Amino acid sequence: MAEELLRLEHVCKFYNQGTPSEVEVLHDINLALNKGEFLALIGPSGSGKSTMLNIIGLLDRPTSGALIIKGQDTSDLNDTAVTGLRAHTIGFVFQDHHLISAFTALENVEMPMLVERGFRGADITAHAQELMKKVGLEAVQNNMAANMSGGQQQRVAIARALAMNPSLVLADEPTGNLDTKSADSVFELMREVNHELGTSFLIVTHNLDLARRCDRVIEVVDGRLVR
Amino acid sequence: MKSWLPFTWIAATRFLREGRMQTMFIISGIAIGVGVIVFMSALLTGLQANWIKRVLTSQPQIQLIPPDQIARPLRLGESVVELSTVQRPSQRVVSIDQWQKIRDRMLAMPEVTGVSPTMAGSALAVRGAASRSISISGVDPATYFKIVRVPDYIVAGVARLTNQDIIVGTQLAVDLGAVVGDKLNLRAATGVSVVLTITGIIDLGSKGANERVAYVALRTAQSLMGVVGGVTTIDITIRDIYAAETLAQQIQASNYVQADSWIATNAQFFTAVQAQNTSNTMIRVFVALSVAFGIAAVLVVSVIQRSRDIGILRAMGSSRRQVLLVFLIQGGLLGFVGALVGAGVGTVGIIYLHATLHEADGSELFPIILERSMYISTILLATLTGVLAAAAPALRAASLDPVEAIRG
Ligand SMILES: Nc1ncnc2c1ncn2[C@@H]1O[C@H](COP(=O)(O)OP(=O)(O)O)[C@@H](O)[C@H]1O
Ligand SMILES: [Mg+2]
Repeated sequence: MAEELLRLEHVCKFYNQGTPSEVEVLHDINLALNKGEFLALIGPSGSGKSTMLNIIGLLDRPTSGALIIKGQDTSDLNDTAVTGLRAHTIGFVFQDHHLISAFTALENVEMPMLVERGFRGADITAHAQELMKKVGLEAVQNNMAANMSGGQQQRVAIARALAMNPSLVLADEPTGNLDTKSADSVFELMREVNHELGTSFLIVTHNLDLARRCDRVIEVVDGRLVR
Repeated sequence: MKSWLPFTWIAATRFLREGRMQTMFIISGIAIGVGVIVFMSALLTGLQANWIKRVLTSQPQIQLIPPDQIARPLRLGESVVELSTVQRPSQRVVSIDQWQKIRDRMLAMPEVTGVSPTMAGSALAVRGAASRSISISGVDPATYFKIVRVPDYIVAGVARLTNQDIIVGTQLAVDLGAVVGDKLNLRAATGVSVVLTITGIIDLGSKGANERVAYVALRTAQSLMGVVGGVTTIDITIRDIYAAETLAQQIQASNYVQADSWIATNAQFFTAVQAQNTSNTMIRVFVALSVAFGIAAVLVVSVIQRSRDIGILRAMGSSRRQVLLVFLIQGGLLGFVGALVGAGVGTVGIIYLHATLHEADGSELFPIILERSMYISTILLATLTGVLAAAAPALRAASLDPVEAIRG
């Protein structure tokens, strides 16, 4: 029996609650995610996929319901505790790469560790270099992030997401802006990491071909889980 | 990236470096403001110090003279003034009562560094057909030259004053057609007259003074004025020149003399200094304000431009405090670097001005005084201004919601 990593219990999310423009974006979501699982999240645009990812990623809080990570209810954690838990449990890969352009690729990978410790260190650099090697970019690791191709940037983003050895990587349309070939290799990289390190992945995608290659596919329509 | 550098510092410098144009423009703006401050401060300090030096080497800091002898109106009865016209006593030379005793008392005061009794009066200087009315100062060269640096003002001859010698101003020498070694006939109102030899000619820097000034030995003056053994003034120098007024009041309170301090005598100068310092402070305040608004404006834009970066940093675990620091450091750095550049530019400016401007005779116009404390305080002030100006944008950055920031 697989070990549970996190669970959403009766999660609802309202935007602009109590105003005339109130919208219910997520409606009674119940979902469990196991350790080492590779999950695809599909659904039409505007159905609430990113909102769900933000809630799971502790970037946003549900209006009602609970997010339980490794058995711990996160509802009562304060801002600092949430920031700490997020840094150590979850890595993010976004659609638009979201590297910080003022830094080199390697420095972007170092960033989560740098932020946590406050200072640089040889161990941090060594770990970042190792990750750059894993994503196949050690040759260009000192290039400025802004000067890399979309596929390369997304590989750097994956390396960065792995920097703190997270249990889960949340990827919001990570291949959405890539050509088919790059998309395929980025997806394969994630699958590889999943197999090698046992990191769980939750990937939002519109690419049904890629979704089919995941362990499990869940679908959101109008804020409800339909499978 | 140096390993000991904190993350906040690294991020701040990278952001500044990436926004090169904005950074260069705001630093130039700050540098201009700070340059003006440094230039103005150095100029004012130099001018003021120069003026004070001139004052203090050409006049005593406290001068004791006989108490003012004003005749009182004659009164016949209660508040009835019979003779309303009051005249000062005639121009006879009045000696300070028991001046030796006062001199000794002055010498005993720890604040006093020099005391010199002087006999002043006027006389007519005659040479051939030319004659001029002059001011005679009878001095004891040994003590007096320490208070007023007469030897420093000598342009011809030497600063020697025996009983037969006289030192005269340049203009007086010209008016009388005399040179060093010539003889002058001096005649006083008392009817006494003496013949003296010009040993030196001095330039006190003002035509009025150079027309009338004449130094003779104390004894010579005493016999000319008919007050043998008397003196009209006692000149005093003191340790702390700014304590002159307080000290003068003390002396006046405990001695039968009138004590005038250089501060009271030069009240106008002090008003001018005050006005200069006030306007210098005003300039500092306004420059600081415009620097602050400039930095704030640049950082407000930067926070908007970088909201996605800030969102990523937050998503990767940076605290609000770290984000706040990143922007406060940027503000402080802008202020600091701008001030450094400005201090350099201001210094070059003042040195250039100093090298180009000269007195008519080619000597230096004023000394430039570049005080380290002025630089340190200006740079600290600019850095602090930068940090304070960054407060509002930094708080804004720190309060960004990562979800909103990432969505863009
Ligand atoms: N901050 C917000 N305020 C109001 N409505 C929002 C906000 N964020 C998202 N929404 C709305 O919630 C719905 C779901 O958005 P999202 O989770 O981004 O969908 P998806 O990622 O599936 O395209 C959309 O209709 C969107 O307009
Ligand atoms: Mg989305």
